[in-house]
Amino acid sequence: MIIEPLLKARPEISGELSRKDTIVLTTRIRFARNLAEHPFPGWAKADQRKEVLSACLPSILGLSQMKSGLSAEVDDLSELEKQILIERHLISRELMEMKGGAGFVISKDQSNVVMINEEDHLRMQVLLPGFHFRKVMNAINVLDSKVEKCLEYAFSPKLGYLTACPTNLGTGMRASAMMHLPALVMSNQMEKVIRAVNQLGIAVRGLFGEGSDASGSIFQISNQTTLGESEAEIIKRLTSVLNTIIEQEFNARETLLETEPTKLFDKIGRAFALLQNSYLITSSETMNHLSLVRLGVDMGMISEEIRSSVDQLFIDCQPGHIQYLADNKIEPNERDIFRAAYLRSRFENLTKPEFIFKK
Amino acid sequence: MGNSQKCDLCAKPATVHLTQIVNNQIHKLDLCEKCAAEKGVTDPNGFSLADLLVKSSDSSDKAGELLVCENCGFTQKDFKKTGRLGCPECYVYFAPLIDPVLRTMHKGDTHMGKVPEGAIERKVFHERIHHLEESLQASIKAERYEDAARLRDELLEVREAMAAKSISL
Repeated sequence: MIIEPLLKARPEISGELSRKDTIVLTTRIRFARNLAEHPFPGWAKADQRKEVLSACLPSILGLSQMKSGLSAEVDDLSELEKQILIERHLISRELMEMKGGAGFVISKDQSNVVMINEEDHLRMQVLLPGFHFRKVMNAINVLDSKVEKCLEYAFSPKLGYLTACPTNLGTGMRASAMMHLPALVMSNQMEKVIRAVNQLGIAVRGLFGEGSDASGSIFQISNQTTLGESEAEIIKRLTSVLNTIIEQEFNARETLLETEPTKLFDKIGRAFALLQNSYLITSSETMNHLSLVRLGVDMGMISEEIRSSVDQLFIDCQPGHIQYLADNKIEPNERDIFRAAYLRSRFENLTKPEFIFKK
Repeated sequence: MGNSQKCDLCAKPATVHLTQIVNNQIHKLDLCEKCAAEKGVTDPNGFSLADLLVKSSDSSDKAGELLVCENCGFTQKDFKKTGRLGCPECYVYFAPLIDPVLRTMHKGDTHMGKVPEGAIERKVFHERIHHLEESLQASIKAERYEDAARLRDELLEVREAMAAKSISL
């Protein structure tokens, strides 16, 4: 397996956490860039895409960020490898569907990714666990400036970085935070939040971007517009919206604890029990239960020690990962059995949740 | 870029190059002699490039609406279908279509963010070197050896400056 080294390494969600980091799972910024004088990947012929790939690869592999990283062409990957990379948010579905000349480079710690011949010639992303826009912005900026030294970008003083889709013009930047908002979902406030932030030019999507559902109460929140503002202004606007959402989620948790503690304890307790005792469980059901257990950890009902394994399970219980964990020896319809067994073993020796009613 | 040498209708070498302005939009076409004669391009009466484009692209769109990127051949129809453009140059050719909607799509219509300094710097150096090399050749040809020596030193200096900034062409 080409991607083996990645699977053995540290996953994207982990590390030391502050209070806000319990809600913001990951911070991500991606830049869309194109080479001057080359047709965009979607319009280019396969040999033109290959030309772009061989023009870009040496420059990107030569970056210090990419030292001992992993590089491959999409055509060389198995379907399972593709699925695993998508589930880890390292590579997009769109890149995987490109025929001929699509490739990528992933840094050793998986925080830096450059996709070549996705919708644009270059899609560079930096992703870090927790709520860290400044750090991520600095990192992507350095990466971009280094690449720019070697490759001629398509740039117009008026329109900025020229992208295949006019919706990415200008900065070519999409900044996003992956947020875990179980209390807002439970108290039916999510719709209201989505409507409010949409009016501020901020988009809310499910775990896997456009059109995906929000299983596990996980949402991707990102800037919608890219032209007419600087990168810093966009980040500032997004950060202030995210801070508001974080506060609302904390408030919703407090309210649930005060007004409906029995309902809240029941949900978390059942989720824990199901993960501990199921024999058949789908990935979507798993996500929803894990989300509640994670909420229990956040609220001090379940031991903090299991936080990292819960976060790891969010990744490991997705279909491609289950297939991989089972050594690719199971049929797709056996995944739910394998997943349940895997979860039982992980939850077997955990201390039961402890629920305390407020006086 | 953009100097298409092939006939837009049959891909034979083009010898007839046309530019027409219809409804304030520039349309360009390159044709081989045979196609030009067949389409009556040489007849100044009643020939319309837009009509020809409509026929050649087999489109039902209104003639006035049709834009084509001269650099990559991407058409307005392709844009409508995919919502994306064909190449960076398309932004020049599709400007009448895109510019008016930018303000509704974004916070503004002018870039306020990062500028690729490296790329611009490289372009400046590239042009400088190109200019010096041409002057050098010209001075050698004209046997102005003092000038040639000076230009050679200048070239060397520019190359050293580039190396110091780790810029490669």
